[in-house]
Amino acid sequence: MANNKPLKKVDLIFSEAFLNRDELKEVLSRSADEVIQELLDSGLRGRGGAGFPTGLKWKFTRDQKDPEKYVVCNADEGEPGTFKDREILDRVGRKVFNGMALCAGTIGAKEGYMYLRGEYRFLLPKLYQILDEFHEDMKALGIDFHIDIKLGSGAYVCGEESALFESMEGDRGEPRNKPPYPTEYGFRGKPTVINNVETFVSALIISRIGAAEYQKLGTVDSRGSKLFSVSGDTPIPGIYELELGMTVEQFVNEFGDGDTKAVQVGGAAGFCVPRKKFNDTIIGFEGVPTGGSMMLFNSSRSMYNVLHNYLDFFKEESCGQCTPCRVGCQQLFLGIEAVKRGEKPASYLDTLLKLSQTMKITAKCGLGQSVGNSFHSIVNNFREEMIY
Amino acid sequence: MENMVKLKIDGVEVQVEKGKTILDAARSMNIHIPTLCHHEDLCVAGNCRVCVVEQVGTRNLVASCATPAADGMEIRTNSLKVRNARKHIIELLLSEHNADCTKCYKNGNCELQALASELKNTEHMFLDLVERKTFTVDMYSPSIIKDDSRCIRCQRCVRTCEELQHVSALGVAHKGDRMKISTFFDRPMFEVVCTNCGQCVNRCPTGALIERNYIDEVWDAIYNEDKFVVVQTAPATRVALGEALDLPPGEIVTGKMVAALRRLGFNAVLDTDWSADLTIMEEGTELLTRLKKALVDKDPNVALPMTTSCSPGWIKFIEHTFPEMLPNVSTCKSPQQMFGAVAKTYYANKVGVDPAKMVVVSIMPCTAKKFEADRPEMRSSGYKDVDLVLTTRELGIMIRQAGLDFNSLPDEDYDSVLGQSSGAAVIFGATGGVMEAALRTAYEIVTGREVPFEGLNITPVRGMEGVREASMEIKDTLPEWKFLEGVELRTVVAHGLTNAKQVMQWVKEGKKSYHFIEIMACPGGCLGGGGQPIPTNAEIRAKRAEAIYREDAGKAIRKSHENPEIIAIYKEFLGEPLSHKSHELLHTHYVERNRY
Ligand SMILES: Cc1cc2nc3c(=O)[nH]c(=O)nc-3n(C[C@H](O)[C@H](O)[C@H](O)COP(=O)(O)O)c2cc1C
Ligand code: SF4
Ligand code: SF4
Ligand code: SF4
Ligand code: SF4
Ligand code: FES
Repeated sequence: MANNKPLKKVDLIFSEAFLNRDELKEVLSRSADEVIQELLDSGLRGRGGAGFPTGLKWKFTRDQKDPEKYVVCNADEGEPGTFKDREILDRVGRKVFNGMALCAGTIGAKEGYMYLRGEYRFLLPKLYQILDEFHEDMKALGIDFHIDIKLGSGAYVCGEESALFESMEGDRGEPRNKPPYPTEYGFRGKPTVINNVETFVSALIISRIGAAEYQKLGTVDSRGSKLFSVSGDTPIPGIYELELGMTVEQFVNEFGDGDTKAVQVGGAAGFCVPRKKFNDTIIGFEGVPTGGSMMLFNSSRSMYNVLHNYLDFFKEESCGQCTPCRVGCQQLFLGIEAVKRGEKPASYLDTLLKLSQTMKITAKCGLGQSVGNSFHSIVNNFREEMIY
Repeated sequence: MENMVKLKIDGVEVQVEKGKTILDAARSMNIHIPTLCHHEDLCVAGNCRVCVVEQVGTRNLVASCATPAADGMEIRTNSLKVRNARKHIIELLLSEHNADCTKCYKNGNCELQALASELKNTEHMFLDLVERKTFTVDMYSPSIIKDDSRCIRCQRCVRTCEELQHVSALGVAHKGDRMKISTFFDRPMFEVVCTNCGQCVNRCPTGALIERNYIDEVWDAIYNEDKFVVVQTAPATRVALGEALDLPPGEIVTGKMVAALRRLGFNAVLDTDWSADLTIMEEGTELLTRLKKALVDKDPNVALPMTTSCSPGWIKFIEHTFPEMLPNVSTCKSPQQMFGAVAKTYYANKVGVDPAKMVVVSIMPCTAKKFEADRPEMRSSGYKDVDLVLTTRELGIMIRQAGLDFNSLPDEDYDSVLGQSSGAAVIFGATGGVMEAALRTAYEIVTGREVPFEGLNITPVRGMEGVREASMEIKDTLPEWKFLEGVELRTVVAHGLTNAKQVMQWVKEGKKSYHFIEIMACPGGCLGGGGQPIPTNAEIRAKRAEAIYREDAGKAIRKSHENPEIIAIYKEFLGEPLSHKSHELLHTHYVERNRY
């Protein structure tokens, strides 16, 4: 594998192209079958983290008989270390709305919603202005589609799609049981496509440049490019659009400070990759997936503190409804403290590892299911730091 | 077979209807999967995760209560993967739980305890979180105690209060490690819209929501030589008490209950059924009087439809929710309170006991009755009319404490007076019963004839549907009731406050018009009351209802106005229904309450 190849930087997402009415008309006049096929061919997978094939999601929703359907844009961006959706909305918000319109036309929805992270309230005036133009264009094109923005109220779990619907419906943001999935039972119990901000933009881009062109980027399992939010011990923090399929090594060569000991890929819910595994870990669905968050840690950092922070975050941000997540997070958090203080033997870490495995397979939603990712990868790779 | 799905559970094939869950399918084959948050009366929550099972081919376990059975599924309910996960989950629950069972009211009747006892794990797997947290115990309500340290956050109570009762006094507050079941701004339950109905208590799997019990107070009274302790038993208790004493649902245990109460040491064992007959006399007459005022006197101030008033949960609900409709509520006290007021006046005089030394205890299917007895209005005898209220469950506990072998007790009769009753009174315990009892009497007052139903069974008002409308044409009246000739008497029966709210909303918006409305706060009526034995579900309630109608059918007297002890009290003491004395002792008024 050519590991030390420099990274390929791409400029699709933020490019100013495709914003005029005629081009929009062209894209929106495609048949649903065409759009879906193109998306399937492109290999695009959701950019929110879970990576579900976008074409399939749109197809499942289109296939539902219910005449009332919704398009929802997930702009809750709560994963620690990610800030790329904010940048998209700030710089090319119109592309997001166009992507939603493309989806609406494809699945047969007349209403769309954007669920915007509460802290991004400052973007509202700008977004409303863009929406006004968007609605004018829709009217001019004779398309019956309207978008509203709803503000989140700061709970991380509300980024989970079914909790997001509950929150939008005015209820407490608690994840629902699945199945049924949103494609069948989403917002207001109706078939709904919910995608990440970036996913809508990528879908629009694919529809414009074609699957063949998009396919040229990335690997078999991880097609295309995506935005990365780079933070931590790096001289050049920021947002970068990169071709998927690089190794962590390549990434660190570009962004590290020369002393990188670990990279947390995918935020608190993601995986920690230690230096010894940089070389054979691919960033993408075949290796470690990420919604975009990339945190670099150099040798001055205590991985115990890193994990402690994550667990502190999870034990507060769990919605608290299900046992494995609500109590499990507290036990992991207090458990590593007890080991560190010598109140529990080092072998208690193994009990906790088993517990985190149970959480992964029994928690009700992705939050509780993913706590084990960082726990496992940090405890297993930095066990001494946990104990001493 | 289109509506069926075929799956395999623990190696055995099973077919169930589409839409059924894996749990339903397993139960249909008598495979036991442990559950905690699941309850037949409520929507699926899927939050405790105790019921997880393995679906071959998927990495994660699935919650069997929340996952629809699907064709070709292969399920393992007892694999090592499942057992280990279940053990972890129960251990997690216990680590966050004040599992001080020997000091817990639910000891021996607790679903969490039962699970732990099944698991037989003898070591502490995880850290004790209880000592690191502060919990609140809300002991201010006269009806219900809420102890957060015993709560497993299954949200059964929240779903009960919201779905069945539309009260939403309980909700989920905070998230993560601070998530808890809370009231409006965490105020004590007695300060908020809680109706004290106890439906949440009936469904709480642990000791987190329990009735406030007065067992020791009752024992103290019984053994106090200075006191004359009278006990009354509500209609619905006699068809459910058996369940608290290991009998199957649907057994009528009236005679054994009387025998047990006598052996516990009560000085007189009397019957709320007696005062239920009295209630019918007063309430039936009140209805007819309101109709007369409206139809003959054209009095614009008379409020119709009139609603029943014997369910204290309903009374508190309307005081909070529809205060503008309080004039529509019958002014009659509930049978419990009529009993108390009469016991400390008429009865005390008759048996020659100083009312100051009399203690009136009632056995009720209801937790709201505890609150009702404490209302300041309920002191018309000059004393607190009803001193102590026990639920059916508490009586079950006392019988066990006394070491009685309930099943081998003889059947005994109530003492007299205030002990005799009609079948009409018995059916007060079922939804539709008050309506039926009132119609049996009112129709006869007006026409001089019995209600035109075979065996006096007014079947259209019976049943378990949430809202049941019925109408009856009044024909060939006696001369003094001529104004009712040809009137179509429109009635409706609702049980469970969600249904009650619906009916009142219709009335308020003018969408429906009725003359008489029966409302019971609890699903099924008092037989499904918040003080009845646990567990409860539709099947158990149906069995209790069936027993109630059996008891009615077996009674020599079927109509309230034919109860000789009722005839006697009017002759000797009250005069006639709605007399001055009746108003003083048997009627009450209501207050407007806050909306949160
Ligand atoms: C706890 C939790 C938080 C999440 N937060 C976000 C978020 O902030 N933004 C987002 O796009 N997806 C988030 N997701 C993923 C969504 O549930 C959902 O998978 C995603 O919106 C689907 O869009 P995609 O297919 O375009 O990725 C979160 C999931 C979980 C479990
Ligand atoms: S896993 Fe955590 S966030 Fe998800 S439902 Fe359970 S408690 Fe809530
Ligand atoms: S609630 Fe159940 S498990 Fe908890 S202390 Fe009471 S009896 Fe024991
Ligand atoms: S007693 Fe009734 S009204 Fe009060 S919280 Fe429980 S269910 Fe709700
Ligand atoms: S109070 Fe009882 S019913 Fe309510 S959540 Fe706690 S344990 Fe469950
Ligand atoms: S019983 Fe199934 S999750 Fe609680």
